[in-house]
Amino acid sequence: MEKKEYKKIVDRHKPTENRTQNAVISFLIGGLVGVIGQGLIDFYSSWLDISSKDASTFMIVTLVFIASLFTALGFFDKWVTFARCGLIIPITGFAHSMTSAGIEYRKEGPIYGLGMNIFKLAGSVILYGIVSAWLFGTIRYLLLGGL
Amino acid sequence: MIYVYSFLFAGFVSMLGQLILDNTKLTAGHITSMFVVLGAFLDSFSMYDKIIAYVGGGALVPITSFGHSLIHGALAKASEYGLIGILTGMFDLTASGITSAIIFTFIFSLFFRPKN
Repeated sequence: MEKKEYKKIVDRHKPTENRTQNAVISFLIGGLVGVIGQGLIDFYSSWLDISSKDASTFMIVTLVFIASLFTALGFFDKWVTFARCGLIIPITGFAHSMTSAGIEYRKEGPIYGLGMNIFKLAGSVILYGIVSAWLFGTIRYLLLGGL
Repeated sequence: MIYVYSFLFAGFVSMLGQLILDNTKLTAGHITSMFVVLGAFLDSFSMYDKIIAYVGGGALVPITSFGHSLIHGALAKASEYGLIGILTGMFDLTASGITSAIIFTFIFSLFFRPKN
């Protein structure tokens, strides 16, 4: 069979993904998480009478806790499959990747399973975050000074 | 009004990620790593601080704020202690997120089993 013909047949049988729909869902869910974040900041700062900077730490911990718990309970995977980047780009995706790796590999033992795989997916975020923050931070400090 | 900006900004960043995911061969791991670098880059001109002042929680939720927090803590310590401050201050602001994710993951993996 000619390569072109073959490619045509493959293209025809590829599952069609509705990219516009995916983008809209991501926008709505991602935006909703942002609103929840701001709502939690307002809630904590008025309830505990703390600055909004401290309240944002509480907010991050709350979102991490919710994402971790729902991942452990098993239904966060379905949400991520539905909302995709709407839940992967917010901090919930970071917690989700760690908890799902932890639960998945725990059966291989506490050291070789859990210990060595907990950062399997989140590790790249931490690695490239630190390397870039170090590089940009050093350049900025040498050129312009600190904050 | 801050809720509307939060919605629009967090939604926009998530949609941008989804568009890259659907239209290129990059995976979710590539995109989250790219966005962290982007957040760190934006903060090296103090731009992300301005976004946070304007948008509030909507700018703190996406993974871009992780990069921003890393460099922000590093620079805050650097202005006090010099270049060594970049190393000592790196985790100042992100420690709560990383530590809580580790602790929750550890506890939950002791008590829960994978579903399939």
